[in-house]
Amino acid sequence: MNHIETIFSIAVKAILTNKTRSFLTMLGVIIGVGSVVLLTSIGTGLQKYIADQFINLGTNTLYVVPGDPFGEDGGFSNQEQAFLESAAPKLKIRHFDMIMRNNRDLIADGFPAGVGVARAKYRDTTKKVTLYGVRNAFEQVNNTPAQAGRWFTDVEQESGDRVIILGSKVATELFGNVDPINRRLTLDGQSYKVTGVLEEKGGGFGGPSYDNYVYIPIDTLFDSFNTQIIDNFTFQARDPSQTAATKAGIEETLLKELEDDEFTVVDQTELLNTINSILGVLTAGLGGIAAISLVVGGIGIMNIMLVSVTERTREIGLRKALGATPNLIMLQFLTEAALLSVCGGTIGLVIAYLGSLAIQPYFPAQVTIEAVILAFGVSTVVGLIFGAAPARRAANLSPIEALRYE
Amino acid sequence: MLLHLEKVSKHYHLGDTTIKALDNITLSVKQGEFLAVMGPSGSGKSTFLQVASMLAEPTYGVITLRDNDVTQHTEVQRARLRNKEIGFVFQSFNLLARTSALDNVALPLLYAGVKESERLRRSQAMLERVGLGDRLHNTPAQLSGGQQQRVAIARALVNDPSIIFADEPTGNLDSKSGEDIKALLTELHQEGKTIIMVTHEEDVAAIAERFVIFKDGSIIQDSRTPSQEIATYAKKGKRKYSLLKNK
Repeated sequence: MNHIETIFSIAVKAILTNKTRSFLTMLGVIIGVGSVVLLTSIGTGLQKYIADQFINLGTNTLYVVPGDPFGEDGGFSNQEQAFLESAAPKLKIRHFDMIMRNNRDLIADGFPAGVGVARAKYRDTTKKVTLYGVRNAFEQVNNTPAQAGRWFTDVEQESGDRVIILGSKVATELFGNVDPINRRLTLDGQSYKVTGVLEEKGGGFGGPSYDNYVYIPIDTLFDSFNTQIIDNFTFQARDPSQTAATKAGIEETLLKELEDDEFTVVDQTELLNTINSILGVLTAGLGGIAAISLVVGGIGIMNIMLVSVTERTREIGLRKALGATPNLIMLQFLTEAALLSVCGGTIGLVIAYLGSLAIQPYFPAQVTIEAVILAFGVSTVVGLIFGAAPARRAANLSPIEALRYE
Repeated sequence: MLLHLEKVSKHYHLGDTTIKALDNITLSVKQGEFLAVMGPSGSGKSTFLQVASMLAEPTYGVITLRDNDVTQHTEVQRARLRNKEIGFVFQSFNLLARTSALDNVALPLLYAGVKESERLRRSQAMLERVGLGDRLHNTPAQLSGGQQQRVAIARALVNDPSIIFADEPTGNLDSKSGEDIKALLTELHQEGKTIIMVTHEEDVAAIAERFVIFKDGSIIQDSRTPSQEIATYAKKGKRKYSLLKNK
């Protein structure tokens, strides 16, 4: 214990003796740890952001999508196949109704969704918009009340009325400062009445942006626009613990009319796991690339430690003559290398933390305790690995040769 | 017997050539003796010092310290033995730069595992003993050559070793400082310390009680009285000493 304290203080003294050189040596580790922590914090932040979005939607939500997007090979490798499946739609609105009818005890609510594209025009403003054909259960299932006005009524959606609800962003883009409620706009030349505007939901980062959609009763969408494509069915299970049973119930109903590769039932957890695994690989990949700079930093430490051993050859000889064992000399230089590396790691961590704070307004980033532990662990290991060769060289010096060194 | 070397040789290899730096020497040193080791350059006196002080291993022969064979010791055992039993005084002082006199003196105690408070107490006492009680916190750069050598002597004494090996202790000093160090070594001898000192200088050798002269790796004279040979082998050193004095 006594030796360890002393060796530590000798190492601190050696580092402080050459402050500029020590800092330049640390620079590699600072950049390495900083970039690893910052990149992993961005990856982790993104994962948390997506998980939060899913939790907002509710963990008891299930989706039916056409085709088999996950494929038998796993992942999203069958995207082309999924596209072909949706181009030749097998899922119909009546399948949705069948599911609702057959699983009343399991499903609280749900809606079918279809997608179309139209040119929207209000006075002189024209904009190409995405039409999202849904039913008014969307409000409750996705927790999206109208910020102004109201959702369309059961009567309106069943009778194919030309009514729409606007996402917050598209409402601003088309109407500017004008209140759009009960005003009319044209979609591909047909007149539609705006019954409501939704609350801003955010989103993006490659996912759907609900604020950009124009919401329309799905029957109106299919009747008035040239599309019959079901994007998905969304269901809300009555009990979150019953999602597996609900999934089985939905599959059982659909299999009466469809082949098992013509639809896929996905629950939130499954989807979240898939996205997390993709982001996990991405984060690890980015961290791995950044780790290359850590290796370069380690080589810098080794270089300077070798110089230090050469410069201090006489000192090593003296210490050995006065009773320092080879192990103590090795420990002294290892401690010095590890200390350089850990100091660099700490500075890198602080920079990464400040960096993550700086980008937080624009991008989700989160420095986790795991990243902190990893940064300290990795920088210590880098110091020990790259300090080992110089330390061994110091330990193996003959005291006579070392004392004679000029 | 405190230290005994029995048929000790030290050979070095330079390509195909074998250099016999020490050739089959036998020597005994009793507790409290003061040896002056002399000889021309390349005679083997420095190699003798290294081998006898356990800094280097002999190629052949046996070395015993208080009848314990230390020849077969590992590097770690030799390091511990040096720490406990040997004190070193070097010609070039070999103090750690940017380190206070107190911490320099404390170095052997550090490797002996002595607690910090005790280390500092004993080091301070030793520096006071060599007359540097007012220079505890000065670094070597803030001390004169003579003061630095006194710090080195304090360091050699701090672990209360059995033998002090001094390699040209006055070689880098002016005459006044040289006299101080001679006086200090004489005092230590009178207190019963065993000292083995390599020197070129006749007047420095004169403070010893036993004179060992090396030539070509062998001991050619081991006597208790100064002789013509001593004056001859010290000649070169004396000239150097005189030159320094004339400066």
